[in-house]
Amino acid sequence: MIDKSDLWFVIIGLGVGSYFLRFAFIGLVGSRQMPPWLLRHLRYTAVAILPALVAPLIVWPAATDGMLDPARLAAAVVTLTVGLITRNVFGAIFAGALTLYALLYLLG
Amino acid sequence: MSFTTAKTPDLHSVFWRGFRGGIPFVFVVGPFAVLFGVLATEAGLNILETLAFSVVVIAGAAQFTALQLMAEEAPTIIVLASALAVNLRMAMYSASLTPYLGAAPLWKRAFLAYFILDQSYACATVEYEAKPQMTLPERLAYFFGCVAPVVPAWYLCTYIGAVIGTQVPDSWALDFALPITFLALMAPMLRTPAHLVAAFVSILVSLLAAGLPYSMGLLVAGVLAMMAGAQAEVIFDRRKPAP
Repeated sequence: MIDKSDLWFVIIGLGVGSYFLRFAFIGLVGSRQMPPWLLRHLRYTAVAILPALVAPLIVWPAATDGMLDPARLAAAVVTLTVGLITRNVFGAIFAGALTLYALLYLLG
Repeated sequence: MSFTTAKTPDLHSVFWRGFRGGIPFVFVVGPFAVLFGVLATEAGLNILETLAFSVVVIAGAAQFTALQLMAEEAPTIIVLASALAVNLRMAMYSASLTPYLGAAPLWKRAFLAYFILDQSYACATVEYEAKPQMTLPERLAYFFGCVAPVVPAWYLCTYIGAVIGTQVPDSWALDFALPITFLALMAPMLRTPAHLVAAFVSILVSLLAAGLPYSMGLLVAGVLAMMAGAQAEVIFDRRKPAP
């Protein structure tokens, strides 16, 4: 269970930190030019962090006590594939959820 | 807030144009916020804490990251570092909005900074690029127009999610809503070979480094993947024939 004092520390710390990231350039740097290498790294933050967060959840799901689960693995593959092909977030979520429920029911 | 200038452009109509531009994003943000509300209450947060999370942090993916790591009982410093790493892209948005809005007074920039989101960034920059003749007051009006439908929807849907949260049965397998949502958000971002390289390194390292203590695998994978993406971009650009 999540500790309450830690929780508020995280909420406020994350709020202040996120605000600073948003304010940093438009507020402090103003119209000065950014070094290209920095912008180049920032461009990849989302695609660097999100897959690393998700991959272990897919391979070792908590709901199955860390056992690789065919239904969840298939749902992940379908979501990513549909997302790559259609570039449609809703379509991908829908296809993934459908795959998950169908396989959980069939294999259940 | 007054935007009066010498030629007094029709800022109301610009604001409402921005508002209409922001509406489609409500359909992305809304379900995402409901899901956050549901998962947060299932993790043991009450309605106030859940809502505070969305109002103070106002960044979906970072909130989910923090929630997931707290549920895994990762140390607070790792929770903060990882969630902020997810939000580093906000600094990039801030940087790329600066040429358009950087001339505004400091207090306006300090105010609008809170509203720099995936959605407002996408909505506003498309317009700014298409209409380079826009004045600063028009750009500000458009930006806040984009924000006006999206941010209230974010708060309201978080609240709805928090209220219905604990009534969602286990059979809905909501544990997997997070991976599916993140995969769906991620897929359209994989636009270039360099993005694919970053994502591949991210997956590989996060699985290999899963045994690292304090959930540090996420940070290690994130940093290495970011560097791999940036490096791949340089290499792929160099191979391109000169124009």
